[in-house]
Amino acid sequence: MSYSSGEFVLQIKDVAKSFGPVVALKRMSLNVRPGRVHTLLGENGAGKSTLMKILAGLFSPTSGSILLRGQPYAPRNPREAKARGLAIVFQELSLCRNLSVAENVLATHEPGRFGFIDDRALNARAAEIVGELGLPIYVRAQVGDLSIAQRQLVEIAKGLSHPADVVILDEPTSSLSDSEAEILFGIVERLKRRGTAVIYISHRMEEIMRLSDDITIMRDGEYVATTRKEDTSIDKLIALMVGREMKDIYPPREAARPGPQVAPLLVTEKLSCPGKFHDVSIDVRPGEIVGLFGLVGSGRSDVMKALFGLLPAEGSIRLGGETISLRGPSDAIRHGIGFVTENRKEEGLVLAHSVERNINMVALGQFAGGLGLVNSSRERSAAKAEVLRLAIKTANLDTAAGNLSGGNQQKIVIAKWLQTRPRLLILDEPTRGVDVGAKFEIYRIVRQLAAEGTAILMVSSELPEVLGLSDRVVVMHEKRVTANLEAEGLAPETVMTHAAGMKQ
Amino acid sequence: MTISAETRQGPLSSPLVRQYGGIVISLVVLCVVFSVLSPRFMAFNNFMNIMQQVAVIAVAAFGMTYVILLGEIDLSVGSIIAVAGMAGAQCFAMGFGFVPTILLTLAAGGILGALNGVLSAKLLLPSFIVTVATMGIYRGVVSLPTNGAPAMIENETWTAIGTESWLGIPIIIWIVAVLFVVNQIVLSKTVFGRRAYLVGGNREAAVYSGIRVDRLKILIFSISGVMAAVSGILQSSRLSSAQTNAGMGYELDAIAAVVLGGTSLAGGVGTMVGTLLGALIIGVINNGMNMLSVPYFYQLIVKGVVILLAVWLDVRSKSSRI
Repeated sequence: MSYSSGEFVLQIKDVAKSFGPVVALKRMSLNVRPGRVHTLLGENGAGKSTLMKILAGLFSPTSGSILLRGQPYAPRNPREAKARGLAIVFQELSLCRNLSVAENVLATHEPGRFGFIDDRALNARAAEIVGELGLPIYVRAQVGDLSIAQRQLVEIAKGLSHPADVVILDEPTSSLSDSEAEILFGIVERLKRRGTAVIYISHRMEEIMRLSDDITIMRDGEYVATTRKEDTSIDKLIALMVGREMKDIYPPREAARPGPQVAPLLVTEKLSCPGKFHDVSIDVRPGEIVGLFGLVGSGRSDVMKALFGLLPAEGSIRLGGETISLRGPSDAIRHGIGFVTENRKEEGLVLAHSVERNINMVALGQFAGGLGLVNSSRERSAAKAEVLRLAIKTANLDTAAGNLSGGNQQKIVIAKWLQTRPRLLILDEPTRGVDVGAKFEIYRIVRQLAAEGTAILMVSSELPEVLGLSDRVVVMHEKRVTANLEAEGLAPETVMTHAAGMKQ
Repeated sequence: MTISAETRQGPLSSPLVRQYGGIVISLVVLCVVFSVLSPRFMAFNNFMNIMQQVAVIAVAAFGMTYVILLGEIDLSVGSIIAVAGMAGAQCFAMGFGFVPTILLTLAAGGILGALNGVLSAKLLLPSFIVTVATMGIYRGVVSLPTNGAPAMIENETWTAIGTESWLGIPIIIWIVAVLFVVNQIVLSKTVFGRRAYLVGGNREAAVYSGIRVDRLKILIFSISGVMAAVSGILQSSRLSSAQTNAGMGYELDAIAAVVLGGTSLAGGVGTMVGTLLGALIIGVINNGMNMLSVPYFYQLIVKGVVILLAVWLDVRSKSSRI
């Protein structure tokens, strides 16, 4: 690197962190210049989050030094970090759902005196912050009523509610649609112009190439390399990150893809749920991967919910030629439908329970003999088989699911549905918050399932993923289906125009 | 192969020791302290005495374990204990035989428990609020047949439960032992028990996994009611009468036993073995202080402090493991 030390606003030198015998961060160095976006790139478990928590004052480093504007920086708590001019937007949502947007944005520095909060000033100040950032959010709304994407924007507003020299954005776009991500990119541009240094963490390569000035790669808790954006490419970055070449992230399409002569497994006709979606007619053949794409608010997630019995819907759902009625998830499961939900921590797993318990969560009844007694050896071997089949990295079957990395947690959620041998598997954002290596493995699993004859319906807000994995793409806009396209050779622009409702 | 070979561990780090080590040590320490202070404590007769006193709380606590495991609470069990005794007395007064009376009494407990579950699940009310209300309602109902007077129970089979022995061991202890084994199996080995853990661990994930959470909740509150009714039968049989203030405050002893046994009030984590050990601790404290003639109000204070201490130790040892 050719920078002189005077230019840096933040200098991290040989920082390490271990928890007892567990080394979370081996040796990390990072130099950040003002007015530039410095992306930190690494697989899950590479140590990015540990480093960020050190900067936030949540952990103190075991060794190494940090300088902020040339001064030693060792915050003892997040409050001190904030006071020193560091703002952090965390990936895990840290909002109180029962409070309003304004109360969340200004939490811990509410305007008022003698311990009483001045509500009018609070709302005005919050509206000012939200307005400055250009966020389409009403500050008196309760956070619990907002969508995940909107909550992420509130999180950003909260992080930026006080002046800062260094802003850390930890996977800010993982739950944002493209239009909301644009708002965020605008915010980043403005921060840069103001001379603020931005440390950016993301798994989305396109976005990294667009936004970054400098990129530092880390692997296994160690510094690997720093490069200017102009001097690198996505392929080079991925190779540095995973330590191996990864030529084609999407596994090749199966040659024996089901043709039009194969009768569809799932057919919906004029499926409607007032206010949520209208006249949705889609079909999925056995062995086919259909991608459902739409911007946030297009109704795609609600369609999934209706197909799993979580939302009542009018119109008909036929599965394997038979019209079915779904009054709840248990009906859907009985008919052979599986649903890999979007939020694995909230809807997918019991984090405190073991890997084995989580894998067998849905299929438990299969292992029961007389009197409803569970046969624990059959249960164990079934869980073991899934761990091997999906290459889930875990110390053993008794490890708590919460101790595993995001990618492995996601594989457990998939495994628990595979146990039921579903005819139709619905995947809602199957690779959200998952690193590149795990993504690749999940794609391979999905392809494998399709090859075995499972019908797959997948929702994703990552367009490259939808295009790379699907056989067919159904596009939704404003709660209606606007296009049904063959994925082979499909241009992203075509999908986007349909998703934006510009073509009828 | 991604499953690493399971590492050999010494006996002290086995999961059993880690899980129950603290509570067993507390139990032993309490026994030693009471034996030193009162020579009669260690006598075999007193041991049987303790077990009989523990029985009423332990059985109610078995039912409470399911409820707390689900992340709920049932404050009405003390009142159901009284209702059960009174229901038995009234059935005998109406001329029913022993078996129909037992069945009707258990059914009464089950129905009152189910009512708790239905109110909470279908009206979407927190179980704390529902059972605070029904605790009062059921307690009031007890007095309806006799206007608040106790009712004598003269059926000999009924009173035999609390006074007779089989193979030298009181029948009441046999009952606790059988119920412990049954509940242990139901909780750890059946699909139903596993689902209770799942719902308690993550309600949302359980719903998405196709578990009918409402049905499970109603069933679990019914079980809690039936177990409380068994407690009521045990207690009224020892006293040969149904008292309107029977089981007063027992819900708190039952909850304390469950929590001492390591069941998380947040739900999803806990065992029947722990609950049995917890009930033993409560019983030993009650008995030991009675032996030492400690005034009742001091007993309350000591019991509260012991519970705080035990739970704090438990929380501390668990958090240091992560």
